[in-house]
Amino acid sequence: MAYPSHFDETLNLVKDTRRFRKKQEMKRLADAERRDLIESYHPDYRAEGMELLRIGSNRGDRVPGELAKALESYSIFEAGRLNLSAPDYITDILIVGGGGAGCAAALTAREGGAEVLMATKLRLGDANTLMAEGGMCSPVRPEDSPYLHFIDTIGGGHYTNIPELVKALVMDGPEIASWLMSLGVMFDYEADGSLKVNHCGGHSRKRMLSCKDLTGLELMRVLRDEMRDREIPCLEFSPVVDLLLDEKGSCAGAVLYNMDTAEFTVVKAKAVIMASGGIGRLHIQGFPTTNHYGATADGLVVAYRAGAEMVHMDSIQYHPTGTVWPEQLLGQLITEVMRGHGAHLVNASGERFINELECRDTCASACIRECSERGNGVITPTGFEGVWLDTPLIPDIKNHFVGIYQRFKKYDIDIQQEPILVYPTQHYQNGGLLINQHAETSLPGLFAAGEVAGGIQGKNRLAGNSLLDIFVYGRRAARRALISSSEAAAPEGLSAQHLHSWHEKLKELGIPLTQQAPVLLPDYTPEEVKKEG
Amino acid sequence: MANLIPIYYLGKKHMVPEGVTIMGAIESSGHRLVRGCGCRGGFCGACATVFRVPGDHRIMVGLACQTRVEAGMDVAILPYYPAQKTIYDCNAVENPAGALQLMYPEMYRCLGCSACTKICPQDLPVMDIIAAAQRGNLPAVAELSFDCVMCGLCASRCLAQMVPYNIAMAARRIYSHFMLPRPDYVGDRIREIKEGVYDRQIDDLLEKGPEELQKLYAERDIECI
Repeated sequence: MAYPSHFDETLNLVKDTRRFRKKQEMKRLADAERRDLIESYHPDYRAEGMELLRIGSNRGDRVPGELAKALESYSIFEAGRLNLSAPDYITDILIVGGGGAGCAAALTAREGGAEVLMATKLRLGDANTLMAEGGMCSPVRPEDSPYLHFIDTIGGGHYTNIPELVKALVMDGPEIASWLMSLGVMFDYEADGSLKVNHCGGHSRKRMLSCKDLTGLELMRVLRDEMRDREIPCLEFSPVVDLLLDEKGSCAGAVLYNMDTAEFTVVKAKAVIMASGGIGRLHIQGFPTTNHYGATADGLVVAYRAGAEMVHMDSIQYHPTGTVWPEQLLGQLITEVMRGHGAHLVNASGERFINELECRDTCASACIRECSERGNGVITPTGFEGVWLDTPLIPDIKNHFVGIYQRFKKYDIDIQQEPILVYPTQHYQNGGLLINQHAETSLPGLFAAGEVAGGIQGKNRLAGNSLLDIFVYGRRAARRALISSSEAAAPEGLSAQHLHSWHEKLKELGIPLTQQAPVLLPDYTPEEVKKEG
Repeated sequence: MANLIPIYYLGKKHMVPEGVTIMGAIESSGHRLVRGCGCRGGFCGACATVFRVPGDHRIMVGLACQTRVEAGMDVAILPYYPAQKTIYDCNAVENPAGALQLMYPEMYRCLGCSACTKICPQDLPVMDIIAAAQRGNLPAVAELSFDCVMCGLCASRCLAQMVPYNIAMAARRIYSHFMLPRPDYVGDRIREIKEGVYDRQIDDLLEKGPEELQKLYAERDIECI
């Protein structure tokens, strides 16, 4: 399934303009121009996609409609039917989520001598971390500094980031790189023994460390291996469905749902670290997503109704370059590093329309403008639309982007010769549970790390900054949880009482009892099949 | 409406749209996957799938999220395959080149049948990887196995009953830990941060309002590609 023949004309235009474009200088936008572009075209600014929260500590905040529905939902179990006085597991630290942040937290907590239990929705390591292609930013080079990384991150986040969180991010960066090396992660190196560093949108220095174009896979499989070597227990296929509080109102455990046996599991813990990941599989505003099957915002749902506060949840990141064709790969990520290596964004006529190293929200908005108002998109046989990512401009593509090369080769598209058709795809939740620099949420006893946490990246995350933040805050959460759990006595009076008052409020709002969350997995059964059933 | 073609999922016939992936076909026929589905992007190895097609005697494989359906295809997803793994401490390995030999002596039972290579959905030369592991050639194992998604299909076919992907996993970590460069500047930067070299610079930034930050951001120099 190479490209359909009616693409020939535009493909030829892309080819013919390549030589000219290579010399073409694309100016970066001034702040005001950038703001105008984003406010006119970014999905976060579409009024019809957003709703005001009617309940909870962020009442009145504007969030995507799909998230509002999940947050304004009933628990999926009847609290009265669980025996909370006889927990199935008792541990020091419960870690919810088996991705990069969860594993970093678990390993760090274990290093510190705590008893750790991990629970995760699918298998250990099934997480967005594993899907990251490009790399992890860390200011390690002599030409770089934490100061520059701070300015890039906070500028990229449009000055909405919580500054103390950015400070921790950039100051811990080098230690994280070193920790991962010591665990045996195969980063890329230059022939002279220096670390290979990539450029990417919004960064003023080359600071992205990579493991070919499978950085997340390499990080995740090393961490998973280390989890097994440290023999840290992990309950797989056991997502969290609610948190439990003690008599003082602190977080003191969780209810898990065993998806294999349809049973509920009660865990009592002195501290809970939420590292449950993102939101993509709620398909915000109908967008396809780069996210993992299990990314259904569970952590936000359960922490919010237990009283934790959120920040920046009106802000979703759409990655500018999600795959549009072949349709089997719809929404899947094409790493930003391809643009860092010189690939242009090009419209149907072969014209560039944005500096490719602008931030993600800017590039995504420009792609949407090209396909909507300007009518310069390329339309597929089934009605999707996109612009070209001109990959033949990249030297040595087969070596550096082996994963992407192979993926398209299966569909008879040689990305050394032909560009890739792309359109923005939901990629990341910029906001999340509000944390401080110790990864503490506003609910005592509950910590958050990774994509579920917010405030670090502000309203626009730079490439390579989330692979860093999961480790920085995973380790910070564990270190702080170690202190609090070693001082604390075992929690008393485990309860799910907070759900009663939550449910009462939902009833007052007239929300039907069938509206339950977390949804745990998306439902991809076609409507017509359900009707037949 | 797309053309419908028949496939057999766990032996049961379903009519599914032509051109979709195996995973898409299974879901479109009303199954909600719990096991055997992960990243849906070809990275995680959760959906290793075996299948046969009419008129061909061979057993074939692919990742369900990456492989298109064909008419008459008979498929099963292998969500789990038991595997042995040697517990070790990467930091405490004494003789890197000889480590695999001690950890996985069963690799010398390789019969050279190449079933592992033939079945790998990532097209990795698994048998060559094991041959390199037998010789203690860690760099070769590491490079050749880098794209491994640890789906388990090689282990399911191995006549010597080894788990090639865990052997390669250990090889990559030991190779990285002992043989890849460790540039001095990483350690230097960590020391500078500990000594507080950047504290004042960054604490100054914490004091600044958006306008001042905006100015610093606009004026920063950007390294060339």
